[in-house]
Amino acid sequence: MPGRRIRLNFVNLFLWLLGGGLLAFAAYGSFLTLIEGRIQPNQWQNLIVAGVALGSVYALIALGYTLVYGILFMINFAHGEVFMWGAFTAFFAATALNDAGMMASNPVLAFFLVLATSMLVSMVVAIMLERIAYRPLRGAPRLVPLITAIGASLFLQYTARGFYGSGVRAYPDYTIFDGTISLGFLSLSVKQAVVILAAVGLMVGLYLFINRTRTGRAMRAVSEDKDVAAMMGINVDRIIVTTFAIGGLLAGAAGILYTLIFNQVLFFMGFLPGIKAFTAAVLGGIGNVIGAALGGLILGVVEQLGPNLFLSGYGVPSPNQLKDVIAFSVLVLVLIFRPSGLLGRKENT
Amino acid sequence: MTQAETATAPATVNEPTNGTPLLELRDLHVYYGNIEALKGVSMTVGEGEIVTLIGSNGAGKSTTLRAISGTHKPRSGAVMLEGRDIHHLPAHEIVSLGIAHSPEGRKVFSRMTVYENLQMGAFSRKGEKIEPDVARVFDLFPRLKERRTQKAGTMSGGEQQMLAMGRALMAHPKILLLDEPSMGLSPILTEQIFNIIREINGQGTTVLLVEQNALMALNAAHRGYVIQTGKILLADTAKNLAANEQVRQAYLGEI
Repeated sequence: MPGRRIRLNFVNLFLWLLGGGLLAFAAYGSFLTLIEGRIQPNQWQNLIVAGVALGSVYALIALGYTLVYGILFMINFAHGEVFMWGAFTAFFAATALNDAGMMASNPVLAFFLVLATSMLVSMVVAIMLERIAYRPLRGAPRLVPLITAIGASLFLQYTARGFYGSGVRAYPDYTIFDGTISLGFLSLSVKQAVVILAAVGLMVGLYLFINRTRTGRAMRAVSEDKDVAAMMGINVDRIIVTTFAIGGLLAGAAGILYTLIFNQVLFFMGFLPGIKAFTAAVLGGIGNVIGAALGGLILGVVEQLGPNLFLSGYGVPSPNQLKDVIAFSVLVLVLIFRPSGLLGRKENT
Repeated sequence: MTQAETATAPATVNEPTNGTPLLELRDLHVYYGNIEALKGVSMTVGEGEIVTLIGSNGAGKSTTLRAISGTHKPRSGAVMLEGRDIHHLPAHEIVSLGIAHSPEGRKVFSRMTVYENLQMGAFSRKGEKIEPDVARVFDLFPRLKERRTQKAGTMSGGEQQMLAMGRALMAHPKILLLDEPSMGLSPILTEQIFNIIREINGQGTTVLLVEQNALMALNAAHRGYVIQTGKILLADTAKNLAANEQVRQAYLGEI
């Protein structure tokens, strides 16, 4: 390539070999799996649908990371805990409603009440996080709020443990969402359909909010230049709080959708989805809203499909145990080959 | 001390005689960390005037404008708008009092369209109709009308400057702060921009203009101040400043 010389040093060579090796390993594994043909087409389809459902949950959480990063250039590592607080608190609402018989008599309203509880709690936690933990550090070096975020994450986790105990709690079952839907060759459970539709609805809503409303425009202005945004008459602090609040609302919704899939809550439940959603945000290009949605979906599908496709051909026993390995390998590969993500801009814009 | 004489000369012909000026700076001291950028700047801008603040790089021109619009707070001194001290107010409240700032380096929102940038300019006027103002800006800058839906970051420097000025006008300011509107523009475009500044002023907007291009600025302005290392060196009518030997040598490129 004229004008651009690729510097080949040992580190780069090693990274390329590592990345190429992983890709070749996955490709050969897929080949073996496919010719072995042990997994039926409808099983593949189920895996993909499950991946899309899980991916939509990741996408909703990832949006919170990406919105905050777009405005403050910080990774809010306590965001997974925001998600957990919503889901865990709503568990009590759900049990109370179930005990009162409302789950049976008016299940749709009950579901929306549980959803609203979760979104509200997550929003409040996110706002408090910004006010108490991050706002005093505005203008500090970038490492400081990052470390604070990790501290806040542990604080929120163990506060939840103190309040709600350390055991796993099972959500009451929403019997209205039992059953399956089939659309031609595609069949999915009602729960999966609810998860996907709700997530898509929220994401479209967010997109319209950011692009069509006055506050959304102000958010974009603040993310481009806080000083100039203030010159326009925008109260920058208020926009930052709004951003955290929106991230919290989405995380709270994600919490309820997550419990639809997994049916249980635990004080530690925010950690892994939080890190996965962070991976999704990086994969899509952190700071980019559409990228976060795309990254979430891709990660969900890779995580569900990957172990079976890449590993079962090698005869790995119970490959699904390795799904987290695959998810985080994606993070490593993205960081090596495309640190700005699929749709991301270069750093320092 | 000829400097001091000139500075106190009663040459401010256009200064309003009816009491308080529109904008008055009193002994502003501004710091960046420990570095004193403004060392006691005082100046006035009367209603309907074009006042220019000229000086070399790093003299404190932009800092003065930032102190006025509230984006960089002075450590001491006062910024009086119509007789009221506003220096302690946050920047976002100052806009709605009637001070719009078109910053150095244009700083348009590059990922937004031209129209959205103009909408942002009117942000402080919540709930008001902005279409007449958009029409007025498009009237002043027909180029922007053609590019209404284009992303601002993809436009040329001159177009971005027009947009930055148009965006500031959208706030309906009593006083427009313009920071280096000619920076990086061709002579023809600079000429155009200055004509538009005169036109805006003719429509009743007071202008405080910061420029390195002292000749153009003094041509357009009624009065001028010369700032050097954070202090006002000279204050006079634009005509007198343009004729001043010292100014000609230092800022108009004559030897």
